[in-house]
Amino acid sequence: MWAFINKLRSPKWFYAISARLQPWFWAAAALLIAAGSIWGLAFAPADYQQGNSFRIIYVHVPAAFLAQSIFVSLAVAAVVFMVWKIKIADMAAAVMAPLGAAMTFIALFSGAVWGVPTWGTWWMWDARLTSMLILLFLYFGVIALRGAFASRDSGSRAASVLAMVGVINIPIIKYSVEWWHTLHQPATFTVTGRAAMPMEMWAPLLLMVLGFYSFFIALTLMRTRNEILRRESRKRWVRDLAGGEH
Amino acid sequence: MQHVERLAVTEPRGGLGVALAATLRRDLMLLMRRRSEVMNPLVFFALVITLFPLGISPDAELLATVAPGLLWVAALLATLLSLDSLFRADFEDGCLEQLLLSPQPLALLVMAKVAVHWLLTGLPLALMAPLLGITLALPAGSYGILSLSLALGTASLSLIGAIGAALTVGLARGGVLLSLLVLPLYVPVLIFGTGAVQAALLGDALAAHLAILGALLAGALMLAPWAIAASLRISING
Amino acid sequence: MQSAATGGSSLRLQARQLACERDDRLLFCDLDLEVGPGQIVRIEGPNGSGKTTLLKILSGQLGDYQGELYWDDVPMHAARDAFLANLLYLGHAPGIKGALTALENLSWHQALAGEAGDHRGRMTALAEIGLAGFEDVPCAQLSAGQQRRVALARLSLIPRLLWVLDEPFTAIDKDGVAALERRLLSHSARGGSVILTTHHDLAPLGDIRRVRLGEGGSADAAR
Repeated sequence: MWAFINKLRSPKWFYAISARLQPWFWAAAALLIAAGSIWGLAFAPADYQQGNSFRIIYVHVPAAFLAQSIFVSLAVAAVVFMVWKIKIADMAAAVMAPLGAAMTFIALFSGAVWGVPTWGTWWMWDARLTSMLILLFLYFGVIALRGAFASRDSGSRAASVLAMVGVINIPIIKYSVEWWHTLHQPATFTVTGRAAMPMEMWAPLLLMVLGFYSFFIALTLMRTRNEILRRESRKRWVRDLAGGEH
Repeated sequence: MQHVERLAVTEPRGGLGVALAATLRRDLMLLMRRRSEVMNPLVFFALVITLFPLGISPDAELLATVAPGLLWVAALLATLLSLDSLFRADFEDGCLEQLLLSPQPLALLVMAKVAVHWLLTGLPLALMAPLLGITLALPAGSYGILSLSLALGTASLSLIGAIGAALTVGLARGGVLLSLLVLPLYVPVLIFGTGAVQAALLGDALAAHLAILGALLAGALMLAPWAIAASLRISING
Repeated sequence: MQSAATGGSSLRLQARQLACERDDRLLFCDLDLEVGPGQIVRIEGPNGSGKTTLLKILSGQLGDYQGELYWDDVPMHAARDAFLANLLYLGHAPGIKGALTALENLSWHQALAGEAGDHRGRMTALAEIGLAGFEDVPCAQLSAGQQRRVALARLSLIPRLLWVLDEPFTAIDKDGVAALERRLLSHSARGGSVILTTHHDLAPLGDIRRVRLGEGGSADAAR
């Protein structure tokens, strides 16, 4: 464990190891997403209630999963950065935040599109959508705070504190929004119905979720590598690397 | 050469109470000398509430149904408005450095400042809300709970907001960013605050709402001071 | 090179192999520094060489550095409480509230530092620093130099072994400069230590220690 943490202190080590890992995650993402979407869109049976429009869950649900997971990852990275002063963690957090915001937006957008055939409107103050919307604002806050500081180091720390405060609040926000929703709107039809989904429906969904996660890891590795090069551009090993490639 | 008395080593000792009391008294004194700063959020609160009937409708029945939410949202915005100045003056005149270097724990010293913020913003807003409730035709029987829920809720708002204020105090134009950071975190307090007033209107049980508001306050009391202290230490270094 | 321990006030602040990097810019590295009883150390260097940052590190405000700090031979993270109890820091900004009077400002500073302090003591200190008659005037009505003098009155009201002073001579007049120089000398004679930055010529203080920043500080000097 300690050996691993100490290795993480070296951006050079991370740069090398991520180069080896990255292709595997890209391949997994491509395969899983391709298989999941073909299966989900072409072969999975239509929903008896919603018809074909339910197929949007193959985008909506993985995006919503990622949106929340990425915020948790942000907070974990923030703790690692603040406690062990590991810069890689902060670089990862810096590149993960916009990705998380994008996923939240995709979840919101697909939710809105889904709303048209199911609710007949683009927007409903549904508990999940509302929580997602607040999550999007939390992402905006973290991204804006990081960018607001003249000193990058201070921006990193401030964003880390906010990510930690945010992650403590997310469950409270989720719970309170759900409570608010039931208060104002006695349970009607919820989109992601609790009714058991047949295997032919959830198996492609599982593939899509795994594919999205692989995509997230691959993209984060790639963008963290870029961030390493940018931040360490004055270090000898990066210069050697640049010299060697010319 | 004349004999000079050598300086003694100072041992770390108590004095937290004295430091807290002095900071509390100093901040109260400062705000009492600049009363307009205390008045501004209250006037803002009244103004926003005046805008709603103009923007929606003067219909008393309609206003009464939205009154709890309007009062809570307006009070929340008024609290937010006053947060930007919470640490800014101390940051600019160097007092914040002194707070940081005091032998007392910073997390507790900032509580004195947050307490003053609540005493001179949250509490007056809570006391003023029933008055504005009358103008919105808020039904009788919910006035007490409106004040109580606001008094409890604004304490949480002051604590959570102080984290945002501490994070943005070093930024020249932190005001808008502060709202972006803090408003999403205000959602639970808003929901349970208005929930309490609406429950009073419907004749439902109130205890649960107030208990949750209290729990939110307890949680904020436990965690916010450390986040505020950490944020101030970041901000002091620009 | 160790100074012999003499009585109680033998505490010293040591920095070993201090390095600070801000946003990929190396402000300084391999900095060794020791301040013991009776010593005055002046940090020198051009603007932007990291003087204020170094003072902030040495006074425990900034934790973002490499190397080690020791107070009384104890690592700083363990000695922080004992260190802060013996530290008096005076920053760029004087820490004076314009809406409060000099007396009110000073009594807050004393309470914060854990000093009992009394009205007469504060009056004496203000008179010593040349502010007799201004005790009850809101500090906003005082000049910049007078405000700085109010802040300097802390030096006599809050007896501390280690003074960390960032540009203490800013805005004060000739007499004030001379008085502060005398105060620094008497502090050192009593076994106190001082770390300060100033653009002022400190000739009357004689041969004080100097630490120069700036030569190795440029970004490209990184290993």
